[in-house]
Amino acid sequence: MTSLNSTGRSLLQDDPGVLEGPTSLFASRWIAALKNVQPGLVLSWSVIGVATLWALAPQAFTSYSGTVGIARQQLRAPSAEHWLGTDALGRDLLARIIYGASNSLSGAFVAVGVGLAVGTALGLIAGTARGRTDAVIMRGVDVLLSIPQLFLSLSIVILLGFGNVTAAIAVGVTSIARFARLARSEVVRVRVSDYVEAAYGSGGTFTRVLLRHILPNSLTSVTALAALQFGWAILAISTLGFLGYGAPPPTPEWGLLIAEGRNYIARAWWLTTVPGIVVILVVLSANRISRSFGKVKA
Amino acid sequence: MSTAIDFRPPSSSRADMPVLDISKLAVAYRGKDEFQRVVHNVSLQVKPGEVVALVGESGSGKTTTAQAVIGLLAENGRLESGAIRLNGTDIAGWSQKRLDAIRGSKISLIPQDPTSSLNPVRTVGAQVAEVLEVHRYGSRREIEARVIELLGRVGLPEPELRARQYPHELSGGMRQRVLIAIAIALKPSLIIADEPTSALDVTVQKRILDLIDELRHEYGTAVLLVTHDLGVAADRASHIVVLKGGRIQEQGRTEEVLANPRSDYTRQLLSDAPSLGKVRHVSRAASLRSEENAIEVENLVQDFSVRGRETFRALDGVSFIVRRGSTHAIVGESGSGKTTTARSIVGFNKPTGGRILVDGTDVTGLRGEALRQFRRKIQLVYQNPFASLDPLQTIFQIVEEPLLNFDPIPREDRARKVQAILDRVGLPPSVLTRKARALSGGQRQRVAIARALVLDPQVLVLDEAVSALDVTVQAQILDLLDELQKAMNLTYLFISHDLAVVRQISDTVSVLHNGRQVDSGSIEDVFSCPTSDYTRELLGAIPGQRRPFHH
Repeated sequence: MTSLNSTGRSLLQDDPGVLEGPTSLFASRWIAALKNVQPGLVLSWSVIGVATLWALAPQAFTSYSGTVGIARQQLRAPSAEHWLGTDALGRDLLARIIYGASNSLSGAFVAVGVGLAVGTALGLIAGTARGRTDAVIMRGVDVLLSIPQLFLSLSIVILLGFGNVTAAIAVGVTSIARFARLARSEVVRVRVSDYVEAAYGSGGTFTRVLLRHILPNSLTSVTALAALQFGWAILAISTLGFLGYGAPPPTPEWGLLIAEGRNYIARAWWLTTVPGIVVILVVLSANRISRSFGKVKA
Repeated sequence: MSTAIDFRPPSSSRADMPVLDISKLAVAYRGKDEFQRVVHNVSLQVKPGEVVALVGESGSGKTTTAQAVIGLLAENGRLESGAIRLNGTDIAGWSQKRLDAIRGSKISLIPQDPTSSLNPVRTVGAQVAEVLEVHRYGSRREIEARVIELLGRVGLPEPELRARQYPHELSGGMRQRVLIAIAIALKPSLIIADEPTSALDVTVQKRILDLIDELRHEYGTAVLLVTHDLGVAADRASHIVVLKGGRIQEQGRTEEVLANPRSDYTRQLLSDAPSLGKVRHVSRAASLRSEENAIEVENLVQDFSVRGRETFRALDGVSFIVRRGSTHAIVGESGSGKTTTARSIVGFNKPTGGRILVDGTDVTGLRGEALRQFRRKIQLVYQNPFASLDPLQTIFQIVEEPLLNFDPIPREDRARKVQAILDRVGLPPSVLTRKARALSGGQRQRVAIARALVLDPQVLVLDEAVSALDVTVQAQILDLLDELQKAMNLTYLFISHDLAVVRQISDTVSVLHNGRQVDSGSIEDVFSCPTSDYTRELLGAIPGQRRPFHH
């Protein structure tokens, strides 16, 4: 026993000498590189990656149709044939989720796009023009902020009509205020910086300075917000879909899937649970990724 | 101990034992994947009642050394080896908890920036009392009395009132006095003063340094003075330690180091320090012969409205004339109106009254397109080269921009012009594709000068353009400006608080004080026989004059 101990100790003592060799230096660098990898971030990117692939090429992931049911295969439990079971019309749930990705993701893109474009433009104008224009725009933004988001998007859907695109626009409108506020504060910060004054001083006209300096330098934190809003938009669109204000049936949309499965929750809990988990995973992943953007910027 | 230093207390037997004895100190910071050593093998001693100056440029490791002594290294810093003996006890390996017992009582710090070093939501008195409470000085009443006594001792008028005030109610100099009161509260044997006056105006700087000197006499405290200003070190320290790149270049008695510098680096520092270096012999005769006026300022008045209807007169009747091809300096402390004057002349401010003629054009009446066209004649170089360059643009884009704003010229011509001007300001073509953050401070300021010159202006306004730079870089930029002036017949308007620099490069000067011009004329006249008390005070505050020294 004692001899074993002593050999063990001598081996340990030898170790540092071994580690100094060139190979171990290479290995330690690898270990350092691996330490920098954040597993959460990798996982988030893979979730978003899979969802994107589903949206781009759904047929590559499932042989079933997303909309047409199979006769006599209603409300089947998960099995080798139907991994996540089938719904009341005999449609494969996995296929519905995969085909639904394109509706949910494209909706989120449109929503973020509307908010980003309109909000940033308003913020940019308010921040550069100042004075009365600024006051008018920003008070309008305050009014937008004071209306509950869901209530506002429901009203817009009712005004514009039902559908996937109108739901996306409705969600986008509710995020205009946040983008406008952020963009304005960034513009106000950037426009008093020395380099902007120097640009005017070297003969720059208002529009030129705006496009060359103020806009690019204000956009960095706005893009971080856009990434964050992406996850939120998926959630908001699913909410509208769940309430029946989004894409009409039989379109496979994640929020709609949850709503439809709700009727069979006692017999087939997976019909509502699995789409719910998918939404949660995608939203969390988008949040995680946007947070890493923010860190890089800061 | 030397006897040559007049203001030091006579040596005693205790003096053989240093208060602080650093030997072979090495400090490293954790970088991306490994520790990088920034202080190498630094050894120095501070004896009781002595001032030792740690002199070096930014990045020389002087602040790191000072932080290591008091155990306040940044989180990624690590003391690698060496000993720090305080009154004979090695404190190098001590935990923060153990250090807490001696920080404030045996060793204390006067930080650099008086604005960010005080807690804005607590009264000044409470902050001075804190150090006494932490070290259990006595009863509440005793502490209160001591706080008032300390605030009075550091020269704050009405100490009872000050103790109840918040930091924002005090000026920069007064805040620094409060920090000194905290540092001396428990009569420590060693005070570390980390650039204690760099953020202050020259006249305030002199008073604060005088105060530290006085207190040192009274308490016999030793001071480790960290400074980038060789002039300050020459005035105040008995020993000088010159650091570069984390290594000691030279150390010794102040007069020896100044008179016979042994290392090349010290020699360079001495010749570059504006307050110590010999006055440049620039032939100004040719430029002064020009009778043409590049800038005429007549009776300039600027009012700013402060909260509603109250007005504050920032400039009151400033007038001067600048001849073409010469350099006119505007000198003053913060709040004197010198930057307002500069901004009015380049057309960023509309003055309330008066006239500004640049090359015969009245700037005050210009608007819109006329103002834009006027900008080809006059360009401004900013103080901070880190803020005046767009962080997203490449150097080529930055320098090219002014060309795009006026008469369009073909792309090849633009590229040629940009390269020519970068060559002119001494930058290699390899910087063209880089962003500003990849350049050093001196290089950035060269880029800013190149951007200002690419339009071939006649007048360059330099707003504290060399103040943020290290002395050697500052000297290089001043040389560059001198060379460009001769080659391109430029007129300079040089805004500065630093009289030593102004003396080196200007032909004429205006001294501003609280918005009024208190002195004006040729540099020789104003410096040799100033007409106002304020100018005399400013001149007396230039560091580096206390020791007669020539080389």
